[in-house]
Amino acid sequence: MITLNINGKDVQLDAPEDMPILWALRDVVHLTGTKFGCGMAQCGACTVHLDGQAIRSCVTPVTAAVGKKITTIEHMQNDKVGQVVQAAWSAVDVVQCGYCQSGQIMAATALLTSNKKPTDDDIDAAMSGNICRCGTYPRIRAAIHEAANKLA
Amino acid sequence: MNSPLNISRRTFIKATALAVGGLVIAFSIPNAKRFLLPGIPEANAAEEGNKLPTPNAFLRIDTDNTITVMLAHSEMGQSIWTTLPMLIAEELDVDLSKVKVMHAPAAPEYIHTAYGIQITGGSSTTWSEFDRYRQAGALTRALLVNAAAKKLGVTAESIKTENGFAISGDKKISYGDLAEAAAKLETPKAVTLKQPKDWKIIGKATKRLDGPEKINGTAIFGQDIHFEGLMTAMVARSPVFGGSVKSFDASAAKKIKGVQQVVQVPSGVAVIADNYWAAKQGREALKVEWNLGPNAGLDSKALVSEYRKMAATQGLTAAKAGDIKTASAKVTKTVEAEYVLPYLAHSPMEPLNCSVKISKDACEIWTGTQMQGTDQQAAAKILGLKPEQVTIHTLFLGGGFGRRANPAADFVSEAVQVAKAAGVPVKTVWSREDDVKGGYYRPMYLHKAKIGLDANGMPATWEHTIVGQSILLGTPFEAFMIKEGVDATSVEGVADSPYLKSVPNYQVSLHTAKTAIPVLWWRSVGHSHSALVMESLIDELAHTAKKDPLEYRRALLKDHPRHLAALNLAAEKAGWGKPLPKDVFRGIAVHESFGSFVTQVAEVSVDKGVVKVHRMVCAIDCGLSVNPDSLKAQMESSISFGLGAAMQSEITFKDGMVEQSNFHDYKVMRMADMPKVEVYIVQSTEKMGGAGEPGLPPVAPAVTNAIFAATGKRIRSLPIGNQLA
Ligand code: FES
Ligand code: FES
Repeated sequence: MITLNINGKDVQLDAPEDMPILWALRDVVHLTGTKFGCGMAQCGACTVHLDGQAIRSCVTPVTAAVGKKITTIEHMQNDKVGQVVQAAWSAVDVVQCGYCQSGQIMAATALLTSNKKPTDDDIDAAMSGNICRCGTYPRIRAAIHEAANKLA
Repeated sequence: MNSPLNISRRTFIKATALAVGGLVIAFSIPNAKRFLLPGIPEANAAEEGNKLPTPNAFLRIDTDNTITVMLAHSEMGQSIWTTLPMLIAEELDVDLSKVKVMHAPAAPEYIHTAYGIQITGGSSTTWSEFDRYRQAGALTRALLVNAAAKKLGVTAESIKTENGFAISGDKKISYGDLAEAAAKLETPKAVTLKQPKDWKIIGKATKRLDGPEKINGTAIFGQDIHFEGLMTAMVARSPVFGGSVKSFDASAAKKIKGVQQVVQVPSGVAVIADNYWAAKQGREALKVEWNLGPNAGLDSKALVSEYRKMAATQGLTAAKAGDIKTASAKVTKTVEAEYVLPYLAHSPMEPLNCSVKISKDACEIWTGTQMQGTDQQAAAKILGLKPEQVTIHTLFLGGGFGRRANPAADFVSEAVQVAKAAGVPVKTVWSREDDVKGGYYRPMYLHKAKIGLDANGMPATWEHTIVGQSILLGTPFEAFMIKEGVDATSVEGVADSPYLKSVPNYQVSLHTAKTAIPVLWWRSVGHSHSALVMESLIDELAHTAKKDPLEYRRALLKDHPRHLAALNLAAEKAGWGKPLPKDVFRGIAVHESFGSFVTQVAEVSVDKGVVKVHRMVCAIDCGLSVNPDSLKAQMESSISFGLGAAMQSEITFKDGMVEQSNFHDYKVMRMADMPKVEVYIVQSTEKMGGAGEPGLPPVAPAVTNAIFAATGKRIRSLPIGNQLA
């Protein structure tokens, strides 16, 4: 048994030590908003926050999260920056298939939490680890700028 | 489009009362009206005039005012979750935001109005459903109005409808309150659809109805299905296509905590476990000895040489006019070129997956599929069930791009085999490596062309040979899409090119290559390679003739107004001919596919061999645009998908095996490489075309033509990669 703090709650789960946080979230506690896309830190679909930092949960074992706070897409409506990011996503109508978008929103929220006014270069640097096969990149960029304006 | 539609002649339609009260509208299109694919068994064909089970509806109104629209097509990003309900809401006069949307099950009522099977593909959903969904809305409205008239003792004509209410003078009755009475009325013989000038929803930029759940993480994709007792399986497949299991040793795999069973299935060996992580580790621990079979020597480079040899010989004629030999006398200059386009994986963001639960006389399947009917047939055949005993629950697709529309039903069949062998409900999942290595690629193609210019610099002779695998051979589409050995999808964009219409003498030939590599349609199918070749050749001819590439195209396309409209709009918006920032160059390409006409103008710089695309200006004529904002989104999407592939993507083979494995070596578009995109829509009342694919074909040639403008180097093979280094 291992205790993880997920979205503000301590959860006891039966997971092997090397299990990535992604599969603990998806297959053990059935929080499926966090997605699997590559399993090797290449696509960003699995992005969650660990103590506020964006991490790739597919390559981070559960043991790395012990004593820390895991935050997922399901919690973003309670996050001050996350709310604004989600509203901007809606205003720009970013999503297409939607599969990458949890990860995109988590990455964008982490960016805007640490950098209130990201430039296009900042966005490239922070978001290029998140693949969108539907090509919503121009709208993601627009939504991040829109959220930054709202946060200013 | 505006005259009263005689429904009974066009479609079979039925309004039915629900047991719980409420109204269901079901349609089916008589067989005679459709082009049925041969080889699709009878059970998958709608029967005229009877047997419409009530749940198979297009539209349902419950007594609590819930309005549910059933989608005959799958939502995979293209936004039909919004577009199809817009059509119904327009005619029904309801608030779109209150409409509930659901994927339809696999059933005869949902067969494609033009293709004869249940399929989402060919960029056809909106135009093929434009009448059917509007009719469903209009007919339902007529029934509700008649019910209101009866209830209020007034004429139907005196009733107007608004926002889900029937209104007569100061009286207002909700659709929910009328649904039960409406269900008992006789179905009207004809309804009148709204005039375009009266449209309030169609043609207006409309927010996606699936937006909220895809933003807050609650949208359910196939991968997200979970229920008590559902196991997770991963299959070890032969590293070489056509290989088979010689023997396997599961002892180490079974020691992994969470691994429950290891079973052999036709496609390999399946490790069945409590969760993904255990299944993955179990599969890594599994030892399989493979019979690699006859393809262990497969090699991309050797395959290209083989294709080149084939291209030097006479192929099957796909299109022909005039006489090249006698015309050769008039030729003053000749352009000769060879183009090679690689195998490509679709790699939708959501790796393939399919959950299957089998009981004695039924099977339930949860997956994201573009071809429910075919999957249902395949599952039924494996289990010895009737198709109607197999229920398909379609979840949101995390991208499709053609990979989830497989006539061979590969991932669904395999998942059914796994669940059958395991004897428990199983979700069979693919890793990204499985996806990249698992086949069903856009086929590799080689084109060889020799074009003769006359004294005016215009093409007088055009010889064009295409070599590549057929996508449709061996599928139910073969019977009507392969004529005299020529697969229409192998030569589309060349054999039917508008440019050739102005060339007096041409010959387009095809060699259909056979390899063990499974191939499939990839976003824009044959146009994904033919547009690059045709638009590069045209550009090369323009430069050879010392003419402006835009003017050259205009001259050749003078009798093709829709090409011209897209060409002119994009050129104007891009500022064609106007100065550019230092070291930035333009390229242009126009292509028709799926009934739509798209021009892309690329602005590109090449610095020390590194290509940077700064801006893409796109113009499309697809006829009426039902939702202009989702049309724009599809153009943005096609630019990203097409540009990423052109710059970096390829699947190659060595020693029989795929050399790529994940996104680090099967490279796709990322944020930093995405150019600025501008999309313009030609205001058009022409025939409706598609949106999901037509934006893609002209992307790569617009960029390679700009590279030529920048460097004088003609890119003759994709990906562009580091060819300029
Ligand atoms: S699934 Fe973790 S980065 Fe792709
Ligand atoms: S919205 Fe489909 S992958 Fe990003």
